[in-house]
Amino acid sequence: MNITEIMPFIVLIPLLAGPVCVLLPGRGLPWLLATISASAAFILAALTLGSVFEGETLRYAFGDWPPPIGIEYRVDAANAFVALLITGVAAILLPWAKPLVDEEIPERQGSFYALFLIALAGLLGITLTGDVFNVFVFLEISSLATYGLIAHGKDRRALLAAFRYLIMGTVGATFLLIGIAFIYILTGSLNMVDLAERLPALGDSRALQVGLGFIVVGLAIKLALFPLHHWLPNAYTYAPTLITTFLAATATKVALYVMLRFIFDVFGPQYSFTALPLAAVFMALAIAGMFAGSWMAIFQRNIKRMLAYSSVAQVGYMVLGVSLLSLAGLTAAFLHLFNHGLMKAALFASVGLIAYQAGSLRIDDLRGIGRQMPWTLTAFALAGVSLIGVPPTAGFISKWYLIGAAVEADQLWLVALILITSLMALIYIARIVEVAWLQPRPDDAPAVNEASWLLLLPVWILVAANFYFGLDTRLTVGAASAAAQALTGGALEGLLP
Amino acid sequence: MMAAWLHPALLLGLGALPLAVLQGRARQVWQLALPALVLLSVIGIESGTRVSLEMAGLELVPLRADGLSLVFAYIFALVLFIGNIFALKVDDGAQHVAAALYAAAALGAVFAGDLVTLYIFWEIMVVASVWLIWRRQNRTAYEAGFRYLIVHALGGMLLFAGVIAYYLTTGSLAFEPLQDGGMAFYLILIAFLINAAAPPLHAWLPDAYPEATVTGTVFLSAFTTKTAVYVLARGFPGTELLVWLGVGMTLYGVTYAFLVNDIRRLLAYHIISQVGYMVAGVGIGTQLAISGTAAHAFTHILYKALLLMGAGAVLQMTGRSKLTELGGLYRTMPVTFLLYMVGGLSISAFPLFSGFVSKTIIVEAAAVDGRGIIFLLMMLAGVGTFLSTTLKLPYFTFLGPDSGLRPPEAPLNMRVAMGIAALLCFAIGIMPGLLYAILPYAIDYNAYTASHLLKEMQLLLFTGLAFFLLVRFLGGKDKLSLDFDWFYRVAGKRLMLAVRDMISEANQDIRREFMRAFGRLEKAACELRLSGWPVRSWAIGSMALWTAVVLAILLVFGLGG
Repeated sequence: MNITEIMPFIVLIPLLAGPVCVLLPGRGLPWLLATISASAAFILAALTLGSVFEGETLRYAFGDWPPPIGIEYRVDAANAFVALLITGVAAILLPWAKPLVDEEIPERQGSFYALFLIALAGLLGITLTGDVFNVFVFLEISSLATYGLIAHGKDRRALLAAFRYLIMGTVGATFLLIGIAFIYILTGSLNMVDLAERLPALGDSRALQVGLGFIVVGLAIKLALFPLHHWLPNAYTYAPTLITTFLAATATKVALYVMLRFIFDVFGPQYSFTALPLAAVFMALAIAGMFAGSWMAIFQRNIKRMLAYSSVAQVGYMVLGVSLLSLAGLTAAFLHLFNHGLMKAALFASVGLIAYQAGSLRIDDLRGIGRQMPWTLTAFALAGVSLIGVPPTAGFISKWYLIGAAVEADQLWLVALILITSLMALIYIARIVEVAWLQPRPDDAPAVNEASWLLLLPVWILVAANFYFGLDTRLTVGAASAAAQALTGGALEGLLP
Repeated sequence: MMAAWLHPALLLGLGALPLAVLQGRARQVWQLALPALVLLSVIGIESGTRVSLEMAGLELVPLRADGLSLVFAYIFALVLFIGNIFALKVDDGAQHVAAALYAAAALGAVFAGDLVTLYIFWEIMVVASVWLIWRRQNRTAYEAGFRYLIVHALGGMLLFAGVIAYYLTTGSLAFEPLQDGGMAFYLILIAFLINAAAPPLHAWLPDAYPEATVTGTVFLSAFTTKTAVYVLARGFPGTELLVWLGVGMTLYGVTYAFLVNDIRRLLAYHIISQVGYMVAGVGIGTQLAISGTAAHAFTHILYKALLLMGAGAVLQMTGRSKLTELGGLYRTMPVTFLLYMVGGLSISAFPLFSGFVSKTIIVEAAAVDGRGIIFLLMMLAGVGTFLSTTLKLPYFTFLGPDSGLRPPEAPLNMRVAMGIAALLCFAIGIMPGLLYAILPYAIDYNAYTASHLLKEMQLLLFTGLAFFLLVRFLGGKDKLSLDFDWFYRVAGKRLMLAVRDMISEANQDIRREFMRAFGRLEKAACELRLSGWPVRSWAIGSMALWTAVVLAILLVFGLGG
């Protein structure tokens, strides 16, 4: 068996394990199966990335139906990198989250883990497939599972958050479907490679432009690009801890990846950026998102919600990198996609421990909690340092490349904006540090114990990863530039006027 | 001789960690042993040592020792030792760790041979030092620390952007004198000037330093601004702008020092003033001026630490730090008073004390360079320094109208720390050759010529005379002097809130207008399905609205164009 033949199992393992999970009784078995399948998918994803690192493309046709008629999986550095992030986060979080899930979802864990696995399989399917209709199908699979997962939150408001996300997610998916329908009518093909060959012949087609517009906007909703982010804060706030952490680290990243795949690979940057004013719109929305997200984060009273708004700002950084229309900018976007996954996973995981131990997420209730949960809050602070972008952390590397890309594009004012929003990140992180460490614990506040080391260990592994990838950038920067290279094929020069 | 891999900053940084857990006597021993070890290791570094390593495709030089960096390293290690004696009785591990990490980062910054290493230590310095302010543990200190953090984070980011721009334009990261002009030049210069507390970027210093802990201020005064002086001397020697900026700082600091009432804030303004001499020295840029800058940084760290230890001892023993609330303390704190006066005479460049042998080099360098106005303005600032630090502050604190306070003398360890610093001030004053031997450039300079002595004594004596004639007009006033910090204290906050309100209002207006058309339908649907959640359903409407808006923008501009 070579790597091309086992690569589809990254998706198939969680997809097949999901239905089995529903049937398993009790609390231990479903969790065990989910953990094992996520870990297996992680190992396969790592192997796959290893074999496409140098620029190869793996293609696997399902049922031996040759593309463009059959569905094929097509893996290059770009999607292997994203798949590694998704499976890696899942493999670290699942073993960690068992006690938290036990507390938040005491019953019917089989279906919970089944939904989780299906959401995971959906995200991976979007990432790996080479067929645009398949993208839509997996997007719906992962979205439907995600709605269900969010609704599992203890707080009754989780139901409404899930409902709101359902409406917005459906609007997004429908837009995507409309866009795909447009290009299918025009070309009669659904395979990405095939489309990339056929679309240029259509030339100046209005229908094609509209199709691209629908696809971009539909995915921008899933990506939570400002101002289409309204679903995100509530969904992240009220979902169970495991789900918030997992989604924050992966879901928006997948949407960004697939949007880039459409723009750069299917339509081609030459067409996308001239047919629609994507560069200008992306830049404007990214900057607005960076500021609005950071701004809202400063004023939040719930720590999870604060981090959710911070995610809106961070998505802005990634899209900003894309809007620079250069290889450096795209590399920065991919790099931040990965690094942001790492930092948000660490931040949400430590917040999850706070919720588990202290039972509250209101920032007012966290006064003086640093002394009672020193390890958790230190992990939070260190991950926050990475979010702000202080060396030597992964966040620093992201900022380094993003600012480098902005300087290279001669857009110096962007540097100033990036720095200002980093300062805003400093404000909202330092605010938590201040509340937790420098304010005294109110006398009537309940006593809180530090989380057990079993819960702390994975959080600290994530924190350590933030520092590790701030020092050793061979994997992240190498993979990000390979990903950018793979998407564009180096065809970006001379695009900007 | 130390092993090449054992960077003093690494030694100190790792050595700082046990301070967090050690208790009692063991911690005190380690608190003294660690700076001593670091001092030895710094002395063991030979000029010309260079350690480089390759990381992530960049050539980094974590250790580059030459004349300039070594002077600063010696004094940093020395003041860490003295400061730790002063802080020996403080039972707060966090402060000791922060001080040691802060000093380690400062050492790392002066040894940094490339800009990335410099930037990394620069940031560690900020993060470590802010805890020296926060550990005062009151609301004012917290807020001042937060402002300090924000200002320095901004400076750090400017430096960061500057480093990237420098790398992209020159392809090199080596930290050498920068070429004039270009974005990198100005970004890095501004970042350095923020740390040097050059007006109008200085407000953080008199804002934060007086709010720090008693012992923390001693460390703060030594490292941040002097690291900035070092990097300026390294990166921007001979930059004309700095001459005028520096002279402006000397006068600015002196003037504001005159207006304030808090003794530690008064001394903090004098840091700005004294750093001004150094910045001007860097701007003049001749070998004599750079040596003078290094010498002045050396002596300044010692006497400013001494002065702040004196003021800190007063604050510690009386709990007060306002001139208007103090007075007559010499009766019960004679040792503190005398040691403080040594510092006071040093800062005012009184012959036989350390300031005299270092400050006059810079003044002389200005004269040799043919800068008459600069020379005169520097002399003028010297008058102000003498007046407020050496006459006014001790007069109203230790002598003068009796406040009735009878605090006991400062603890032994504090007196020892001040004693060592005073001894060094005095020793350098009478044996300047010791200091001149370690300067970056060999200089042929004699402080004790008749003309220097005469000039300095005339100034000081007449200033003294004037003070005692006018003493009743000069007392501290219990009032607030507004400085630039008003802009970010008050105006910034107002602006932020106003913008926030504006944005949310505009957003609501747009939404309301759009939704009015659908009002009835919306309302019916709300009542039917979601009774109890009307607020939320509005938000769903606005989400859908924004989706339509984005699509419309894309298509209108795309198809129209």
